[in-house]
Amino acid sequence: MCRLADLQQAVLARNDGRAGRLRAELSARGTAVVNLLSSPGSGKTALLEAELRLARERGVPVAALTADLATENDARRLARSGAPVKQVLTDGLCHLEAEMLAGQLSGWLPEETRLLFVENVGNLVCPASYDLGESLRVVLASVTEGEDKPLKYPTAFGLAQLVVVTKEDLAQPAGFDREAFLANVRQVNPGVEVVATSVRSGLNLGVVLERALAVREGAAPHRPVMARQADAEPHSHQYAHVQG
Amino acid sequence: MHEMSIAMAVVCQVEEAALTHDAVGVEAVTLRVGELAGVVPEALRFSFGLACEGTVLAGAELLTEHVRGRARCTSCAAEWATGMPPRLCCEQCGDSRTELLSGRELQIATVRWATGSRRALALEEL
Repeated sequence: MCRLADLQQAVLARNDGRAGRLRAELSARGTAVVNLLSSPGSGKTALLEAELRLARERGVPVAALTADLATENDARRLARSGAPVKQVLTDGLCHLEAEMLAGQLSGWLPEETRLLFVENVGNLVCPASYDLGESLRVVLASVTEGEDKPLKYPTAFGLAQLVVVTKEDLAQPAGFDREAFLANVRQVNPGVEVVATSVRSGLNLGVVLERALAVREGAAPHRPVMARQADAEPHSHQYAHVQG
Repeated sequence: MHEMSIAMAVVCQVEEAALTHDAVGVEAVTLRVGELAGVVPEALRFSFGLACEGTVLAGAELLTEHVRGRARCTSCAAEWATGMPPRLCCEQCGDSRTELLSGRELQIATVRWATGSRRALALEEL
């Protein structure tokens, strides 16, 4: 004799639930979260520093939280913008989860913050699976990383609501094949906007800020095909018993 | 490797369900893992064994049901296997208004509880 329970529960239901509540809590106080994902070294911190500076110049109250396995280097760099910045050390954990983020924001996030930028751990695998309660998920790739990055990391690129190409000033010397990159992005995430940026030349800086503000004001963000499977996460907590 | 976090989430949910069901042990947990879920079953199995230690799931077996990615074009109604990496533009008409039918599953499907009597029997054998 054995007893079988038909649970049908989404494994990430707890994180997704916490993320949803965090999104609602922050939205009620006028704050939208931008989740930045990329591999290490693709230029998240440099782009974020530039975006924070622009926000400050334009009088938009922003804050940033940056996650790394170790060191406070990124927080020091971002703090040069003058925005409130917090470093989270994950002690080896490869991604942030919604509960961790909520705990970090409690008692720290300035009340007037309109946009909170979260620089996730540099990693294109694990952070892709965790909703942090963001209103906009941005995935970055630098021109030196290769055109096939979207195919190698389809979950990260497939769930992006904005794709940012960084280090555009190096595109020519690096031999970056833009058409191949765009075709690869389109294969895993048709319809997502792709913007080329360069912190060195100033190309398209402020684009993340503008898209995030638009979403905060009510513009509908891109809905990736991979995020649109209706019955993938049923959130059902009903138990059915089978005796046998 | 986030499979350890996934394994811990599975253990946590099954522990809660075990309380509801008055279960004294778990023989097996079956997960439904989609082709596009971003989880490696082998890594998950390794992490699961560690995550179960010292819990009601100690010694439980992890079984996985693989779900293929499938998509449908909302424009021309063509259906196809997405493959991995997924092809999410319509292969017939090139339209990008695609609907994903399956492949993102990451669910606890079923749990087989160890029965009290069976456990007692095992203890007697010891």
